Amino acid sequence: MTDAPAAANSGNPIETDVAIIGAGPIGLFAVFELGLLDLKCHLIDILDRPGGQCTELYPEKPIYDIPGLPIVTGQELVDRLMEQIKPFDPQFHFGEMATSLEKLDDGRWKLKTDQGTEIIAPVIVIAAGAGSFQPKRPPVAGIETFENAGDGIGVHYAVRKMETFRGKNILIAGGGDSALDWVINLAPLAKTLTLVHHRDGFRAAQHSVNQMRELEAAGKVKFHVASVKALHGEPGKLTGVTLAGADKSEWQHDADVFLPFFGLTIKLGPIAEFGINLHENLIPVDTARFESQTPGIFAIGDINTYTGKLKLILSGFHEAALMAQAAFHIARPNEKLRFQYTTSSSNLQKKLGVN
Amino acid sequence: MKIIGTDREGNTKEVEGRDGWSVMEILRDNGFDIAAECGGACACATCHVYVTDGWYDKLPAPSDAEIDMLDMALAVEPGSSRLSCQIICSNETDGIKVTVAPE
Repeated sequence: MTDAPAAANSGNPIETDVAIIGAGPIGLFAVFELGLLDLKCHLIDILDRPGGQCTELYPEKPIYDIPGLPIVTGQELVDRLMEQIKPFDPQFHFGEMATSLEKLDDGRWKLKTDQGTEIIAPVIVIAAGAGSFQPKRPPVAGIETFENAGDGIGVHYAVRKMETFRGKNILIAGGGDSALDWVINLAPLAKTLTLVHHRDGFRAAQHSVNQMRELEAAGKVKFHVASVKALHGEPGKLTGVTLAGADKSEWQHDADVFLPFFGLTIKLGPIAEFGINLHENLIPVDTARFESQTPGIFAIGDINTYTGKLKLILSGFHEAALMAQAAFHIARPNEKLRFQYTTSSSNLQKKLGVN
Repeated sequence: MKIIGTDREGNTKEVEGRDGWSVMEILRDNGFDIAAECGGACACATCHVYVTDGWYDKLPAPSDAEIDMLDMALAVEPGSSRLSCQIICSNETDGIKVTVAPE
Protein backbone atom coordinates (compact mmCIF):
# COMPACT_ATOMS: atom_id res chain seq x y z
CA MET A 1 0.00 0.00 0.00
CA THR A 2 2.78 2.41 0.77
CA ASP A 3 5.27 1.68 -1.99
CA ALA A 4 4.16 4.54 -4.24
CA PRO A 5 6.61 7.38 -4.72
CA ALA A 6 6.08 10.34 -2.42
CA ALA A 7 3.94 12.98 -4.04
CA ALA A 8 5.65 16.21 -4.93
CA ASN A 9 4.24 18.89 -2.68
CA SER A 10 5.34 22.22 -3.97
CA GLY A 11 3.49 24.12 -1.25
CA ASN A 12 4.76 21.97 1.60
CA PRO A 13 4.03 22.57 4.38
CA ILE A 14 0.52 23.79 3.59
CA GLU A 15 -0.95 26.38 5.95
CA THR A 16 -4.71 26.47 6.32
CA ASP A 17 -7.47 26.97 8.89
CA VAL A 18 -8.65 23.41 9.37
CA ALA A 19 -7.23 19.99 8.50
CA ILE A 20 -9.92 17.33 8.31
CA ILE A 21 -8.99 13.65 8.53
CA GLY A 22 -11.58 11.70 6.61
CA ALA A 23 -13.57 12.72 3.53
CA GLY A 24 -16.70 10.74 4.36
CA PRO A 25 -20.11 12.43 4.55
CA ILE A 26 -19.35 14.05 7.89
CA GLY A 27 -15.93 15.38 6.89
CA LEU A 28 -17.52 16.79 3.73
CA PHE A 29 -20.36 18.51 5.57
CA ALA A 30 -17.84 19.93 8.05
CA VAL A 31 -16.37 21.82 5.08
CA PHE A 32 -19.77 23.44 4.58
CA GLU A 33 -20.28 24.50 8.18
CA LEU A 34 -16.69 25.74 8.49
CA GLY A 35 -16.95 27.44 5.12
CA LEU A 36 -19.95 29.51 6.22
CA LEU A 37 -17.63 30.89 8.88
CA ASP A 38 -14.90 31.59 6.29
CA LEU A 39 -12.64 28.79 7.48
CA LYS A 40 -10.70 27.02 4.73
CA CYS A 41 -10.22 23.26 4.81
CA HIS A 42 -7.84 20.60 3.60
CA LEU A 43 -9.08 17.00 3.75
CA ILE A 44 -7.01 13.83 3.90
CA ASP A 45 -8.39 10.41 3.04
CA ILE A 46 -6.72 7.08 2.47
CA LEU A 47 -9.24 6.22 -0.24
CA ASP A 48 -8.86 7.62 -3.74
CA ARG A 49 -12.22 9.41 -3.77
CA PRO A 50 -14.64 11.13 -1.40
CA GLY A 51 -17.39 9.36 0.51
CA GLY A 52 -15.73 6.98 2.96
CA GLN A 53 -17.95 4.06 3.90
CA CYS A 54 -20.83 5.49 1.84
CA THR A 55 -19.00 5.03 -1.43
CA GLU A 56 -16.66 2.21 -0.43
CA LEU A 57 -19.17 -0.13 1.20
CA TYR A 58 -22.60 0.77 -0.12
CA PRO A 59 -22.55 3.20 -3.08
CA GLU A 60 -25.70 1.62 -4.57
CA LYS A 61 -27.61 0.95 -1.35
CA PRO A 62 -30.43 3.34 -0.54
CA ILE A 63 -30.30 5.35 2.69
CA TYR A 64 -33.73 6.30 4.05
CA ASP A 65 -32.95 8.40 7.12
CA ILE A 66 -31.36 11.54 5.75
CA PRO A 67 -33.68 14.42 6.68
CA GLY A 68 -35.40 15.77 3.59
CA LEU A 69 -34.16 13.02 1.28
CA PRO A 70 -36.67 10.15 1.52
CA ILE A 71 -34.34 7.92 -0.47
CA VAL A 72 -30.78 8.49 -1.54
CA THR A 73 -27.95 6.09 -2.32
CA GLY A 74 -24.56 6.35 -0.64
CA GLN A 75 -23.03 7.64 -3.87
CA GLU A 76 -25.80 10.18 -4.50
CA LEU A 77 -25.48 11.57 -0.99
CA VAL A 78 -21.75 12.04 -1.45
CA ASP A 79 -22.23 13.60 -4.89
CA ARG A 80 -24.71 16.08 -3.39
CA LEU A 81 -22.41 16.92 -0.51
CA MET A 82 -19.57 17.54 -2.97
CA GLU A 83 -21.84 19.89 -4.89
CA GLN A 84 -22.92 21.60 -1.67
CA ILE A 85 -19.34 22.32 -0.53
CA LYS A 86 -18.00 23.30 -3.94
CA PRO A 87 -18.28 27.07 -3.25
CA PHE A 88 -15.80 26.66 -0.40
CA ASP A 89 -13.12 25.14 -2.64
CA PRO A 90 -11.92 22.41 -0.25
CA GLN A 91 -8.55 20.88 -1.06
CA PHE A 92 -8.41 17.08 -1.08
CA HIS A 93 -5.45 14.83 -0.44
CA PHE A 94 -6.69 11.42 -1.57
CA GLY A 95 -4.75 8.19 -1.23
CA GLU A 96 -2.95 9.55 1.80
CA MET A 97 -3.00 8.37 5.38
CA ALA A 98 -2.60 10.83 8.24
CA THR A 99 0.32 9.39 10.16
CA SER A 100 1.41 11.90 12.78
CA LEU A 101 0.26 14.99 14.60
CA GLU A 102 2.55 17.37 16.39
CA LYS A 103 1.89 20.59 18.31
CA LEU A 104 3.96 23.56 17.17
CA ASP A 105 5.35 26.30 19.41
CA ASP A 106 2.82 28.81 18.03
CA GLY A 107 -0.06 26.60 19.21
CA ARG A 108 -0.97 25.29 15.78
CA TRP A 109 -0.80 21.64 14.70
CA LYS A 110 1.34 19.98 12.08
CA LEU A 111 -0.26 16.96 10.46
CA LYS A 112 1.86 14.67 8.29
CA THR A 113 0.77 12.00 5.83
CA ASP A 114 2.47 8.85 4.58
CA GLN A 115 2.95 10.59 1.24
CA GLY A 116 4.94 13.43 2.71
CA THR A 117 2.21 16.07 2.79
CA GLU A 118 2.42 18.41 5.78
CA ILE A 119 -0.49 20.58 6.84
CA ILE A 120 -0.23 23.27 9.49
CA ALA A 121 -3.53 24.42 10.98
CA PRO A 122 -4.89 25.75 14.27
CA VAL A 123 -7.75 23.25 14.15
CA ILE A 124 -7.74 19.51 13.46
CA VAL A 125 -11.01 17.71 12.81
CA ILE A 126 -11.03 13.93 12.97
CA ALA A 127 -13.95 12.60 10.94
CA ALA A 128 -12.40 9.23 10.32
CA GLY A 129 -15.39 6.94 10.86
CA ALA A 130 -14.06 3.67 12.23
CA GLY A 131 -10.57 4.45 10.96
CA SER A 132 -8.66 3.76 7.75
CA PHE A 133 -9.71 1.39 5.04
CA GLN A 134 -6.95 -1.16 4.69
CA PRO A 135 -6.71 -4.32 2.61
CA LYS A 136 -7.95 -7.50 4.24
CA ARG A 137 -5.01 -9.71 5.15
CA PRO A 138 -5.64 -13.45 4.75
CA PRO A 139 -5.20 -15.38 8.03
CA VAL A 140 -2.14 -17.30 6.87
CA ALA A 141 0.66 -17.73 9.40
CA GLY A 142 3.61 -15.41 8.85
CA ILE A 143 2.05 -13.51 5.94
CA GLU A 144 3.27 -10.18 7.34
CA THR A 145 6.90 -11.32 6.99
CA PHE A 146 6.44 -11.43 3.20
CA GLU A 147 4.87 -7.95 2.97
CA ASN A 148 6.97 -4.94 1.94
CA ALA A 149 9.57 -7.31 0.50
CA GLY A 150 10.08 -5.06 -2.49
CA ASP A 151 8.84 -4.57 -6.02
CA GLY A 152 7.43 -7.66 -7.64
CA ILE A 153 8.16 -10.13 -4.84
CA GLY A 154 6.36 -11.33 -1.75
CA VAL A 155 2.86 -10.34 -0.73
CA HIS A 156 1.20 -7.24 -2.21
CA TYR A 157 -2.33 -5.95 -1.71
CA ALA A 158 -2.22 -3.59 -4.68
CA VAL A 159 -0.39 -3.40 -7.98
CA ARG A 160 1.47 -0.14 -8.45
CA LYS A 161 3.89 -1.00 -11.22
CA MET A 162 2.83 -3.90 -13.43
CA GLU A 163 6.25 -4.16 -15.01
CA THR A 164 7.79 -5.33 -11.71
CA PHE A 165 5.77 -8.53 -12.02
CA ARG A 166 7.16 -9.49 -15.44
CA GLY A 167 8.50 -13.03 -15.61
CA LYS A 168 7.25 -13.94 -12.14
CA ASN A 169 5.23 -16.86 -10.85
CA ILE A 170 2.16 -14.96 -9.72
CA LEU A 171 -0.56 -16.27 -7.43
CA ILE A 172 -3.77 -14.26 -7.09
CA ALA A 173 -6.51 -15.03 -4.56
CA GLY A 174 -10.05 -13.69 -4.58
CA GLY A 175 -13.19 -13.56 -6.69
CA GLY A 176 -14.06 -9.90 -7.03
CA ASP A 177 -13.33 -7.31 -9.67
CA SER A 178 -9.83 -6.51 -8.41
CA ALA A 179 -8.78 -10.16 -8.45
CA LEU A 180 -10.05 -10.72 -11.98
CA ASP A 181 -8.83 -7.39 -13.35
CA TRP A 182 -5.30 -8.21 -12.23
CA VAL A 183 -5.51 -11.75 -13.55
CA ILE A 184 -6.37 -10.28 -16.94
CA ASN A 185 -3.76 -7.51 -16.82
CA LEU A 186 -0.86 -9.52 -15.40
CA ALA A 187 -1.35 -12.75 -17.38
CA PRO A 188 0.44 -11.43 -20.49
CA LEU A 189 3.64 -10.62 -18.62
CA ALA A 190 3.71 -13.35 -15.94
CA LYS A 191 5.84 -16.47 -16.19
CA THR A 192 2.88 -18.31 -14.71
CA LEU A 193 -0.34 -16.94 -13.31
CA THR A 194 -2.61 -18.91 -11.01
CA LEU A 195 -5.92 -17.79 -9.56
CA VAL A 196 -7.43 -19.44 -6.49
CA HIS A 197 -10.91 -18.84 -5.14
CA HIS A 198 -13.17 -20.75 -2.79
CA ARG A 199 -15.80 -21.41 -5.44
CA ASP A 200 -16.09 -21.79 -9.19
CA GLY A 201 -17.96 -18.51 -9.48
CA PHE A 202 -17.13 -14.84 -9.17
CA ARG A 203 -18.83 -11.66 -8.07
CA ALA A 204 -16.81 -9.75 -10.66
CA ALA A 205 -18.27 -8.16 -13.78
CA GLN A 206 -19.38 -10.76 -16.32
CA HIS A 207 -17.08 -9.53 -19.09
CA SER A 208 -14.11 -9.92 -16.72
CA VAL A 209 -15.18 -13.44 -15.86
CA ASN A 210 -15.48 -14.24 -19.58
CA GLN A 211 -11.99 -12.87 -20.25
CA MET A 212 -10.55 -14.91 -17.38
CA ARG A 213 -12.22 -18.07 -18.70
CA GLU A 214 -10.75 -17.40 -22.16
CA LEU A 215 -7.27 -17.01 -20.68
CA GLU A 216 -7.79 -20.23 -18.76
CA ALA A 217 -8.92 -22.06 -21.90
CA ALA A 218 -5.85 -20.74 -23.74
CA GLY A 219 -3.60 -22.12 -20.99
CA LYS A 220 -2.39 -18.67 -19.94
CA VAL A 221 -4.07 -18.77 -16.53
CA LYS A 222 -4.59 -21.67 -14.17
CA PHE A 223 -7.64 -21.56 -11.93
CA HIS A 224 -8.16 -23.73 -8.86
CA VAL A 225 -11.05 -23.88 -6.41
CA ALA A 226 -8.64 -23.73 -3.52
CA SER A 227 -7.30 -21.61 -0.70
CA VAL A 228 -3.83 -20.68 0.48
CA LYS A 229 -2.97 -22.61 3.65
CA ALA A 230 0.71 -21.76 4.11
CA LEU A 231 3.45 -19.57 2.65
CA HIS A 232 6.98 -20.87 2.13
CA GLY A 233 10.33 -19.19 1.80
CA GLU A 234 12.38 -16.90 3.95
CA PRO A 235 11.12 -13.59 5.31
CA GLY A 236 11.05 -11.24 2.36
CA LYS A 237 11.49 -13.99 -0.20
CA LEU A 238 8.45 -16.03 -1.07
CA THR A 239 9.14 -19.23 -2.98
CA GLY A 240 5.88 -21.15 -2.81
CA VAL A 241 2.60 -21.84 -1.08
CA THR A 242 0.55 -24.76 0.11
CA LEU A 243 -2.85 -24.81 -1.53
CA ALA A 244 -5.86 -26.75 -0.25
CA GLY A 245 -8.62 -27.83 -2.58
CA ALA A 246 -12.33 -28.17 -1.93
CA ASP A 247 -11.77 -31.84 -1.03
CA LYS A 248 -9.17 -30.73 1.58
CA SER A 249 -6.32 -32.27 -0.45
CA GLU A 250 -3.17 -30.16 -0.23
CA TRP A 251 -0.40 -29.52 -2.71
CA GLN A 252 2.65 -27.30 -3.15
CA HIS A 253 2.70 -24.49 -5.68
CA ASP A 254 5.62 -22.30 -6.81
CA ALA A 255 5.02 -18.59 -6.36
CA ASP A 256 7.29 -15.52 -6.25
CA VAL A 257 4.46 -13.19 -5.54
CA PHE A 258 1.08 -13.56 -3.82
CA LEU A 259 -1.64 -10.99 -4.47
CA PRO A 260 -4.67 -11.41 -2.18
CA PHE A 261 -7.68 -9.31 -3.24
CA PHE A 262 -10.41 -9.53 -0.60
CA GLY A 263 -11.37 -5.89 -0.50
CA LEU A 264 -10.91 -3.51 2.38
CA THR A 265 -11.60 -3.53 6.06
CA ILE A 266 -11.41 -0.73 8.59
CA LYS A 267 -8.62 -0.40 11.15
CA LEU A 268 -8.19 2.56 13.46
CA GLY A 269 -4.64 3.05 12.26
CA PRO A 270 -2.20 5.81 13.26
CA ILE A 271 -4.87 7.96 14.97
CA ALA A 272 -4.26 5.74 17.99
CA GLU A 273 -0.73 7.19 18.14
CA PHE A 274 -1.76 10.86 18.06
CA GLY A 275 -1.79 11.14 21.84
CA ILE A 276 -5.53 11.83 21.98
CA ASN A 277 -7.50 10.19 24.76
CA LEU A 278 -9.36 7.18 23.37
CA HIS A 279 -12.06 4.98 24.82
CA GLU A 280 -12.46 1.60 23.10
CA ASN A 281 -11.00 3.05 19.89
CA LEU A 282 -13.38 6.03 19.97
CA ILE A 283 -12.62 9.63 20.85
CA PRO A 284 -14.57 10.96 23.85
CA VAL A 285 -15.90 14.48 23.16
CA ASP A 286 -18.03 17.04 24.91
CA THR A 287 -21.40 17.65 23.30
CA ALA A 288 -21.21 21.43 23.18
CA ARG A 289 -18.08 21.61 21.02
CA PHE A 290 -17.34 18.03 19.91
CA GLU A 291 -13.78 18.64 20.93
CA SER A 292 -11.54 15.85 22.16
CA GLN A 293 -9.81 16.14 25.50
CA THR A 294 -6.94 17.76 23.58
CA PRO A 295 -7.90 21.40 22.84
CA GLY A 296 -7.95 22.22 19.14
CA ILE A 297 -8.59 18.63 18.08
CA PHE A 298 -12.22 17.88 17.32
CA ALA A 299 -13.87 14.54 16.56
CA ILE A 300 -17.16 14.18 14.68
CA GLY A 301 -19.11 11.29 13.19
CA ASP A 302 -18.66 7.60 13.98
CA ILE A 303 -15.20 8.12 15.49
CA ASN A 304 -16.46 9.99 18.56
CA THR A 305 -18.31 8.86 21.65
CA TYR A 306 -20.47 10.65 24.22
CA THR A 307 -23.50 9.82 26.33
CA GLY A 308 -26.36 9.07 23.98
CA LYS A 309 -24.20 8.81 20.87
CA LEU A 310 -25.93 7.34 17.83
CA LYS A 311 -23.85 6.33 14.85
CA LEU A 312 -26.03 8.03 12.28
CA ILE A 313 -25.04 10.33 9.44
CA LEU A 314 -27.58 12.90 10.63
CA SER A 315 -25.97 12.98 14.07
CA GLY A 316 -22.61 13.64 12.44
CA PHE A 317 -24.07 16.60 10.54
CA HIS A 318 -25.24 18.16 13.80
CA GLU A 319 -21.85 17.52 15.37
CA ALA A 320 -20.14 19.24 12.42
CA ALA A 321 -22.26 22.37 12.88
CA LEU A 322 -21.46 22.73 16.56
CA MET A 323 -17.81 21.88 16.02
CA ALA A 324 -17.52 24.67 13.45
CA GLN A 325 -18.73 27.29 15.93
CA ALA A 326 -16.11 26.22 18.46
CA ALA A 327 -13.38 25.88 15.84
CA PHE A 328 -13.99 29.46 14.70
CA HIS A 329 -12.96 30.83 18.09
CA ILE A 330 -9.69 28.90 17.92
CA ALA A 331 -8.88 29.84 14.32
CA ARG A 332 -10.06 33.47 14.63
CA PRO A 333 -9.47 34.36 18.29
CA ASN A 334 -9.84 38.09 17.70
CA GLU A 335 -12.99 38.01 15.59
CA LYS A 336 -16.61 37.99 16.65
CA LEU A 337 -18.69 35.11 15.35
CA ARG A 338 -21.84 36.31 13.68
CA PHE A 339 -24.47 33.59 13.59
CA GLN A 340 -26.51 33.82 10.42
CA TYR A 341 -29.06 31.83 8.43
CA THR A 342 -28.46 30.84 4.81
CA THR A 343 -32.09 31.71 4.05
CA SER A 344 -31.80 35.34 5.08
CA SER A 345 -28.12 36.32 5.03
CA SER A 346 -27.01 37.90 1.78
CA ASN A 347 -23.48 37.56 3.12
CA LEU A 348 -23.78 33.76 3.36
CA GLN A 349 -25.60 33.59 0.03
CA LYS A 350 -22.70 35.41 -1.57
CA LYS A 351 -20.29 32.83 -0.16
CA LEU A 352 -22.48 30.09 -1.56
CA GLY A 353 -22.46 31.78 -4.95
CA VAL A 354 -26.25 32.02 -5.10
CA ASN A 355 -26.57 35.76 -4.74
CA MET B 1 -34.21 -19.36 21.20
CA LYS B 2 -30.52 -19.99 21.72
CA ILE B 3 -27.41 -19.26 19.71
CA ILE B 4 -24.29 -21.18 20.66
CA GLY B 5 -21.43 -18.96 19.58
CA THR B 6 -17.69 -19.62 19.60
CA ASP B 7 -15.23 -16.74 19.37
CA ARG B 8 -11.86 -16.63 17.59
CA GLU B 9 -10.11 -17.84 20.74
CA GLY B 10 -12.32 -20.93 20.90
CA ASN B 11 -14.47 -19.80 23.83
CA THR B 12 -18.07 -20.93 23.52
CA LYS B 13 -21.00 -19.04 24.97
CA GLU B 14 -24.73 -19.65 24.78
CA VAL B 15 -26.69 -16.47 24.12
CA GLU B 16 -30.37 -15.69 23.73
CA GLY B 17 -31.56 -14.90 20.21
CA ARG B 18 -34.47 -12.63 19.40
CA ASP B 19 -37.08 -13.46 16.82
CA GLY B 20 -36.46 -11.43 13.67
CA TRP B 21 -33.03 -10.16 14.72
CA SER B 22 -29.96 -11.23 12.83
CA VAL B 23 -27.42 -13.58 14.35
CA MET B 24 -24.85 -10.79 13.75
CA GLU B 25 -26.79 -8.38 15.98
CA ILE B 26 -27.15 -10.94 18.75
CA LEU B 27 -23.47 -11.92 18.68
CA ARG B 28 -22.31 -8.29 18.52
CA ASP B 29 -24.57 -7.22 21.39
CA ASN B 30 -23.25 -10.12 23.45
CA GLY B 31 -19.67 -9.01 23.19
CA PHE B 32 -18.45 -11.15 20.32
CA ASP B 33 -15.75 -9.41 18.30
CA ILE B 34 -17.66 -8.92 15.06
CA ALA B 35 -16.84 -5.80 13.05
CA ALA B 36 -20.02 -5.77 10.92
CA GLU B 37 -18.68 -2.61 9.33
CA CYS B 38 -21.64 -2.05 7.05
CA GLY B 39 -24.14 -2.51 9.88
CA GLY B 40 -25.92 -5.49 8.38
CA ALA B 41 -26.37 -4.44 4.76
CA CYS B 42 -24.64 -7.49 3.27
CA ALA B 43 -21.99 -5.10 1.98
CA CYS B 44 -18.71 -5.81 3.77
CA ALA B 45 -18.26 -9.50 4.74
CA THR B 46 -16.91 -8.59 8.19
CA CYS B 47 -19.59 -10.61 10.04
CA HIS B 48 -18.43 -13.90 8.53
CA VAL B 49 -19.15 -16.99 10.62
CA TYR B 50 -18.89 -20.75 10.21
CA VAL B 51 -22.22 -22.49 10.75
CA THR B 52 -21.39 -25.92 12.16
CA ASP B 53 -22.84 -29.18 13.45
CA GLY B 54 -25.26 -29.69 10.60
CA TRP B 55 -26.89 -26.29 11.02
CA TYR B 56 -25.74 -24.97 7.64
CA ASP B 57 -28.12 -27.24 5.75
CA LYS B 58 -31.04 -26.42 8.05
CA LEU B 59 -30.90 -22.70 7.17
CA PRO B 60 -32.59 -21.08 4.19
CA ALA B 61 -30.02 -20.96 1.37
CA PRO B 62 -27.92 -17.80 1.11
CA SER B 63 -29.09 -15.19 -1.39
CA ASP B 64 -27.09 -14.43 -4.52
CA ALA B 65 -26.05 -11.15 -2.90
CA GLU B 66 -24.67 -13.02 0.10
CA ILE B 67 -22.86 -15.58 -2.06
CA ASP B 68 -21.29 -12.69 -3.98
CA MET B 69 -20.32 -10.86 -0.81
CA LEU B 70 -18.68 -13.99 0.60
CA ASP B 71 -16.16 -13.58 -2.22
CA MET B 72 -14.76 -10.72 -0.14
CA ALA B 73 -14.50 -12.79 3.05
CA LEU B 74 -11.29 -14.44 4.21
CA ALA B 75 -10.89 -18.18 4.83
CA VAL B 76 -14.24 -19.13 3.38
CA GLU B 77 -15.26 -22.75 4.00
CA PRO B 78 -17.83 -23.93 1.47
CA GLY B 79 -20.75 -25.64 3.20
CA SER B 80 -20.22 -23.70 6.41
CA SER B 81 -19.42 -20.03 5.71
CA ARG B 82 -22.25 -17.52 6.07
CA LEU B 83 -22.60 -13.82 6.74
CA SER B 84 -24.24 -13.66 10.15
CA CYS B 85 -26.17 -10.49 9.25
CA GLN B 86 -28.11 -12.60 6.77
CA ILE B 87 -29.15 -15.33 9.24
CA ILE B 88 -32.39 -14.32 10.93
CA CYS B 89 -33.26 -15.75 14.34
CA SER B 90 -36.48 -17.76 14.57
CA ASN B 91 -37.76 -20.90 16.24
CA GLU B 92 -36.14 -22.81 13.38
CA THR B 93 -32.70 -21.52 14.36
CA ASP B 94 -33.03 -22.38 18.06
CA GLY B 95 -29.74 -23.94 19.15
CA ILE B 96 -27.76 -22.91 16.05
CA LYS B 97 -23.99 -23.25 16.38
CA VAL B 98 -21.72 -20.64 14.85
CA THR B 99 -18.01 -19.82 15.09
CA VAL B 100 -16.66 -16.35 14.32
CA ALA B 101 -14.34 -16.56 11.28
CA PRO B 102 -10.82 -15.07 11.29
CA GLU B 103 -10.44 -11.40 10.39
